[in-house]
Amino acid sequence: MKILVAVKRVIDYNVQIRVKEDGTGVVTDNVKMSTNPPDDNAIEEAVKIKESGKATEVIAVTVGEEKAQETVRKALAVGADRGIHVKAEGIIEPIAVSKILQKIVEKEKPDLVFMGKQAIDDDCNQTGQMLSALLNWPQATFASKIEVKDGKLEVIREIDEGLETIEINTPAIVTCDLRLNEPRYASLPNIMKAKKKPIEQMNASDLGVDTAPKIQQIKVEEPPKRKAGIKVSSVAELVQKLKNEAKVI
Amino acid sequence: MSVLLIVEHNNKELKSFTLNAVTAASQIDTDVHALVIGNNCSDAAKAASELPLVKKVITVEAAHYENFLAENFAPVVIKLADNYSHIVCSANTFGKNLMPRIAAKLDTSQVSDIIKVESADTFVRPIYAGNAFATVKSSDAKKCITIRPTSFDPCESSGGSAPIETAEAGEEFSLTKFIKREEIKSDRPELGTARIVVSGGRGMQSGDNFKLITSIADKLNAAIGASRAAVDAGYISNDHQVGQTGKVVVPDLYIAVGISGAIQHLAGMKESKVIVAINKDGEAPIFSVADYGLEADLFEALPQFLEELNKLNTIQK
Repeated sequence: MKILVAVKRVIDYNVQIRVKEDGTGVVTDNVKMSTNPPDDNAIEEAVKIKESGKATEVIAVTVGEEKAQETVRKALAVGADRGIHVKAEGIIEPIAVSKILQKIVEKEKPDLVFMGKQAIDDDCNQTGQMLSALLNWPQATFASKIEVKDGKLEVIREIDEGLETIEINTPAIVTCDLRLNEPRYASLPNIMKAKKKPIEQMNASDLGVDTAPKIQQIKVEEPPKRKAGIKVSSVAELVQKLKNEAKVI
Repeated sequence: MSVLLIVEHNNKELKSFTLNAVTAASQIDTDVHALVIGNNCSDAAKAASELPLVKKVITVEAAHYENFLAENFAPVVIKLADNYSHIVCSANTFGKNLMPRIAAKLDTSQVSDIIKVESADTFVRPIYAGNAFATVKSSDAKKCITIRPTSFDPCESSGGSAPIETAEAGEEFSLTKFIKREEIKSDRPELGTARIVVSGGRGMQSGDNFKLITSIADKLNAAIGASRAAVDAGYISNDHQVGQTGKVVVPDLYIAVGISGAIQHLAGMKESKVIVAINKDGEAPIFSVADYGLEADLFEALPQFLEELNKLNTIQK
């Protein structure tokens, strides 16, 4: 069984986001970038399945600018076997990413495609579902537990009401929740080894996919700021403020 | 052209956020049609027809729609899509799972999680966990949009009498099988719509200690929330998680207890009208968004809080 895992390079989750003064986006220069957190869970799950003997190969793929390759290299350092970097500049919308991934799937013929449930930059939560639609494959979104069975997966999904269990036939798409597993750290020897693993590069245009955005970003601004609050010195004061000042209890 | 709103329901009743989605849909175009896909869901269809803002209800029923699988739902919507300029649904796990499957088939770049309708093609949506608001304009002929329910008021739920039509069911997608759903039943208000939310974080130290939160929530008729740290640690189930990848809540009062206030958590609650933070670390980021901050050990503060609440006899139910 072959598992393809899609990873995205985003601003690190710990970075305080700053909006550019000209309203064209957020500041990315000299800002720490990392792999989108749930994509780390996707890689971890694929590597674990391979380690359990149920998969033979894990391929990491990313779509993005030159530096996006770092996320593939990181995936290789935690156990992916080889990488694919589809080069594309600027904002690549989920619909375009899913079309690119569709081309990669047609070429690589994986049995499973894993990715994070949502990217923490655009917060779109679309790519996995879109890829499933384009391939007409089953989709298991927001997965917090995956059990590999013969030709099938049993997946527990996190939904608003609680948990849902579904069974899907492979090939299939799974989008991963942060609770799926605990991603490992790359050891130094494995980081060194990852440098020798192959990363195939190509351009989005080579795959015949038009990546021009269909959504125009008119402006990006800071959200309204909350007015500064106060510190209260006791529980009694807090309750009095809530009752008499804020009038919420 | 008209707006097709995909109704979220449980085959009997409308899910409450459908009312918020109808409001958003009506701001895009007043000709709102509600699509109810399900199994034996005529009660839900009738409830949708009573929403005054809904001009027509379309129901599609079959056994394989019982459990709301996106693989079965998407083809139904795509078949009806020709007649509509916009397809709209709530951005909760139901809509997040379903809408991109529709959008991709229609070759549309979906606009996710909008918080404001500027015009029929321009919307505002939060990005980077709500640390920036983007105004975006869609150039697609047919637009697929999910709406953040807490950013729109619920519509009137009675007084309407829209006609109910039925449309033909599609085939079953046989490669995905529903096994079971574990819903956590509770008499409390729903987290997403509660007037008061009391949330606990890593500072609670154990699931057992959440009893302290529960007793306050009982007193205030509040919903119980949690940070991801508390859910990850197994203190409480995932349906309580508030934040970027959990639920977004906008209650009148949000009480954060033992929650440090990571930006991912703030993303889910910082639009609350009044925020209270109880934390023993005076430097915790949660205080930066709190209207009232109490720097205290929660294990002392919560019992006192309950005692003070008991002294008040005007608690709103």
